[in-house]
Amino acid sequence: MTVKLTASALAIAAVSATAAAARDNVQVAGSSTVLPYASIVAEAFGENTDFPTPVVESGGSSAGLKRFCEGVGENTIDVANASRAIRSSEVEACAENGVTDIIEVRIGYDGIVFASQQDGPAFTAFEPADIYNAIGNQVLVDGELQDNAYNSWAEFNSDLPDVEIAMFIPGTKHGTREVFEDKVLLEGCESTGAMEAMMEAGMSEDDAEDACLDVRTDGKSVDIDGDYTETLARIDANTNGIGVFGLAFYENNTDKLKVATMSGVTPNTETISTGEYPVSRPLFFYVKKAHIGVIPGLKEYAQFFVADEIAGPNGPLSNYGLVADPELAETQAAVANEETMGEGM
Amino acid sequence: MTDASMQGGAAAPSRKSSIHTIDARTKKRNAAEARFKAYGLAAILVGLFFLVVLAVSIVRNGLPAFTETTVDLEFVLTEEQYQEAEGTLFKTAAYTDFFIAGLREQLVEDGVEVAFDEDAIERILGKVGGNLREFYRANEDKLGEPVSFTMSASSRVDGYMNGRVTRDGLEDSRFLMATDLDLVDVLRDAGIITQSFNWNFITGADSGVDNPGGAGIGASVVGSFFMMIVVLVLSLPIGVAASIYLEEFAPQNRFTDLIEVNISNLAAVPSIVFGILGLAVFIQFMHLPQSAPLVGGLVLTLMTLPTIIISTRASLKSVPPSIRDAALGVGASKMQAVFHHVLPLAMPGILTGTIIGLAQALGETAPLLLIGMVGFVARGYPDGFVGGFTEANSAMPAQIYTWAARADVSFYEKAWGGIIILLLFLLTMNIIAIILRRRFERRW
Repeated sequence: MTVKLTASALAIAAVSATAAAARDNVQVAGSSTVLPYASIVAEAFGENTDFPTPVVESGGSSAGLKRFCEGVGENTIDVANASRAIRSSEVEACAENGVTDIIEVRIGYDGIVFASQQDGPAFTAFEPADIYNAIGNQVLVDGELQDNAYNSWAEFNSDLPDVEIAMFIPGTKHGTREVFEDKVLLEGCESTGAMEAMMEAGMSEDDAEDACLDVRTDGKSVDIDGDYTETLARIDANTNGIGVFGLAFYENNTDKLKVATMSGVTPNTETISTGEYPVSRPLFFYVKKAHIGVIPGLKEYAQFFVADEIAGPNGPLSNYGLVADPELAETQAAVANEETMGEGM
Repeated sequence: MTDASMQGGAAAPSRKSSIHTIDARTKKRNAAEARFKAYGLAAILVGLFFLVVLAVSIVRNGLPAFTETTVDLEFVLTEEQYQEAEGTLFKTAAYTDFFIAGLREQLVEDGVEVAFDEDAIERILGKVGGNLREFYRANEDKLGEPVSFTMSASSRVDGYMNGRVTRDGLEDSRFLMATDLDLVDVLRDAGIITQSFNWNFITGADSGVDNPGGAGIGASVVGSFFMMIVVLVLSLPIGVAASIYLEEFAPQNRFTDLIEVNISNLAAVPSIVFGILGLAVFIQFMHLPQSAPLVGGLVLTLMTLPTIIISTRASLKSVPPSIRDAALGVGASKMQAVFHHVLPLAMPGILTGTIIGLAQALGETAPLLLIGMVGFVARGYPDGFVGGFTEANSAMPAQIYTWAARADVSFYEKAWGGIIILLLFLLTMNIIAIILRRRFERRW
């Protein structure tokens, strides 16, 4: 065994001597929500400039930021895609490894929609309260806080179909889960009065907020850790199923899915950009400033990404389903000036 | 039995038996055998049934990936238009606009009598800008001359031609309107929209998510190929040398026993573990390039080694001791006996084991997830032979995994198509293994 390992180590060393030449392509990793947009930009960047096409890996926001914070150097990634803002703990982890100057770039907004089978029951209008009542762990029934025992949507809202509750929500490794919790579960928890009841029962506000985010564990709510395609497959197999999707994914599959309104607003790029549709979140990527000038094309890639022609309202990203950022001009300026986090904010 | 029945005679008719009448116990035994045969047959039939279901669904889902819908147009790009497009930031979009204008002119010239709105042509066409720019940058002398182009149509037009997309299904779609299909029908009748074999799927590289027509598996086939070279070059000599030493030279003691047990255990370790090891050792510690087939190959080598060692040792063992004894008897050294006599006889078995180990490595995705070969990675062919090892590339199973997760259904079709190609490679490798075994195997 040891003999073998030494032999392979020698072979590796021989090849790596030639492989250590400078990397000439931008290396990106992170959120699977940002991946589609990043792949569109990467392809266009390769076609429109003389730089090689960047490599965009998937793996999730947290995994991407973790690799981003591993250090500075050619064998670390240059850009991390994230479907949420970087956390202060991650900034600290970065700083510990010498990654101090980080440029934050907001590329636009992503809408999160609730959709069910095209031929299924009429799930066409939701309030956050409905979702909370359906999958919250503790709900308010006749003024009493109790474990969620609802079986059918009609039991708490007679406007909804009388069919079994079956929700497919993003798993905790997804950035989407955070938005879903903040904008739907918490909202619903407050509006149904469950949160107030929890606080009256002696919980502190923070504890009550945490309790609001608990979902029932009796199988009516299923965490999906895979991609939206997995959610789609689950919905395909379950007439009563309701899934949580990104707007772009839904728009690509309108023949199979019908979308529900949230608080009376239909999700589309317009209602999301005006803020009328409540469930949306910004998408980001983070650039390692220390790599600018070392990795060819890195700054150009970032600038190309947020250019009006690409991320603007008529660009290919918005055409695919990204909601253009109304403050794109500021982002462009920040990228051009290489403003790091903490400087321009 | 015969004795017993003869002794019983006519006095005990119940125990009398003949070969013409079958007694109850024989019946029972025969029935048990018939039942067992039926179980076996049923098991085979169930297995066959699943195999057929699998094969049919793969072929049915994957075949559409091999046809493409194209828009054929004779198109002129003037020198001014070229300069104008090259002057913009998003050059390929400018090329696309010129192509759309060209197609619109062609339609007016042909007197197409279908009402279509401004953006209908844009929705029908796939992404053409990249190909146009590439062509004109390489052939500047063709500027101002008519050139006939065959450009891919959008994925939904392709789906319509394949019967996947229907008018009803387009009701809420923003990417292709139901009314656009009238125009598609006219273009098809005019011979502008045609279907043909999708060579680009076999030779092309991965594309952005909004460009399913441009996606191909070729680049990741190359990635897989370079990974297999690494696996073969490292695992065959190391594996064979290790097995020969363990089988022929190593003393039988506690230490070699320990090694043997470890090798057997290593063969059962889930492949994702090798991926984590690869990330920690090869990328973070040894600083090898990320997403490179070299690293992928090294990780898969670790995974394949135990398989090769086990099969090599089995085939060395199956060479009869008389061969060794004869060689030693005529005065050959131990090493001569092994290399001149045992190894050649064991070679078919070793090669078979190696090929099957390679086939297993070829279909492996899990370790590649961790070393960055999943995502938008297989963007083009590598630059030269060394580049094939060090430049970021994907592998076939990783590419299939990536496509299956994309929103556009066309990519899902491509994933199935990719499975067909991958299976063809595996089938070929297994057939080679079988032929080698049939041809060179010696029986004693």
